[in-house]
Amino acid sequence: MNFYITAFLLGLSLSAIAMGIFISMKIFNIPDITTDGSYTLGAVITAVCLTHGYPIWLTYLLSVMGGAMAGSITGFIHTKLKVNALLAGILVMTALYSVNLSILGRSNTPLLNIHNIFEVISPTSNPDINSSIALLINIALLWTGLSLLLKTDFGLAMRATGNSESMIKALGVNTDRMKIIGLAISNGLVATAGFLVCQYQGFADISMGIGIVIVGLGSVMIGEALNHWFNIQNIWMQIALVVLGAILFQLVLAFTLSLGIDPNLLKMVTAVFVLIIVSIPQIRFRKQS
Amino acid sequence: MIKLNKVSKVFNKGKGNEVIALRATDITIHQKEFVVVVGSNGSGKSTFLNLVAGSLFPTEGEIALQDKPVTKLAEYERSKWIARVFQNPLSGTASDLSILTNFRLAALRTKPKNLTIGTDKAFKELVQQKLSTLKMGLENKLDQPMGSLSGGQRQALTLLMSVMDDAKILLLDEPTAALDPRSANFVMQTADKLIKEFELTAVLVTHNLKDAYGYGNRILQFSDGKIVRDISEEEKAKLELNDLFSWFE
Repeated sequence: MNFYITAFLLGLSLSAIAMGIFISMKIFNIPDITTDGSYTLGAVITAVCLTHGYPIWLTYLLSVMGGAMAGSITGFIHTKLKVNALLAGILVMTALYSVNLSILGRSNTPLLNIHNIFEVISPTSNPDINSSIALLINIALLWTGLSLLLKTDFGLAMRATGNSESMIKALGVNTDRMKIIGLAISNGLVATAGFLVCQYQGFADISMGIGIVIVGLGSVMIGEALNHWFNIQNIWMQIALVVLGAILFQLVLAFTLSLGIDPNLLKMVTAVFVLIIVSIPQIRFRKQS
Repeated sequence: MIKLNKVSKVFNKGKGNEVIALRATDITIHQKEFVVVVGSNGSGKSTFLNLVAGSLFPTEGEIALQDKPVTKLAEYERSKWIARVFQNPLSGTASDLSILTNFRLAALRTKPKNLTIGTDKAFKELVQQKLSTLKMGLENKLDQPMGSLSGGQRQALTLLMSVMDDAKILLLDEPTAALDPRSANFVMQTADKLIKEFELTAVLVTHNLKDAYGYGNRILQFSDGKIVRDISEEEKAKLELNDLFSWFE
């Protein structure tokens, strides 16, 4: 059971990535690989700040800003230098590896005996419940903020940018600027996940971001599949389903591991799992038509 | 008002595959004029429209809208004056977004898109009231995604969207090319009605010579990157439909 609680908490932390990928992938239609680097960046900034005694709120802010900056650089390379979005992301991700290593100073930093966000509130004596509450509050705030943002006129213009660029240009929106802002928000959210996971697992590791974009993508896909099922237009529910997707994703992985699969194969299992989620709707669709 | 001063457009300049899409062109389109642009494929009429809209920048020459120089302004900056309807119904609307959302964005064409929620009850009622003028029965389907509508419906809505905000110039790039004859008719009539009602300066690019004959008060014919005919309202009144067909022989 403990196993699944861990998976639930990890899923909740990673749902920030899912929200980030929801913006880049579903809203802007950009496959953004920066994620791998900005997730680690968030964690690395967190580890360094917390071990140097920075307050948690400042650490949070700096992590998010770090991620947002990485995202805006990808956006800038993509829109202003006209580099393919996928390549722009790979470039920034690669560069971030060095940045992360320089910030961290070594490949791994533990956060032993350091006050973290999960200990800020402790209404019960059970650390798992306390962590859940801290995480739920965090994710609820992000969910509310993102949903509200996407309902504003600015958010509508953002959604239209990915959906019909010709239209939104004709309606007076600078789509380059919009994409840069969008990728900044997306990677800010991704870095938030790095911030949370780093504290949850108690260390930052230079390679913790490898393949994390797949986790985000898989979560968004699960959310999308559920969305298809219930046929939801409401943006609040759409994002809620993406968060749910992130949690389900981790639960399924936990279940797979509990079957006794070699942990070394975890990334492969993850990839195959995402492949299944992505391909099932296609196969079903082909049968119908 | 649209004014082009010696505007030319050359693609791949200096390379083997150089294409002169528009030769040095001078033209003034006055306030409230409804100009129909005809010409065969590759004659430069679409280039002309895209230069006015700002999706292309001229190789040489100056462009002014409403007496303001706009040569260097991007498309999104020119949207202050220009509303557009595209050939492809998908280009003028956002499929995944609701009708209401599409209208909200259109209503902000000349304004900044702020961090406020603008799709309130009053706005919904305004859109409902505007939609009812089209008599398409969409008044109560505001939350439907745009993608669930037919091409003709989407073009008609794009037209209506173009007058949701203050518009001076309407550019129509073969708006009925992808539509069946009945929808095409409906879209053209809607366009004509809105252009008159809102006193717009309009440019319609079309291959349909019947439309060119039936609508507008000035005809421009493009050929080989040049304007070869400029027919004023009086001259147009004297034309027969067959005269237009004879231009293309």
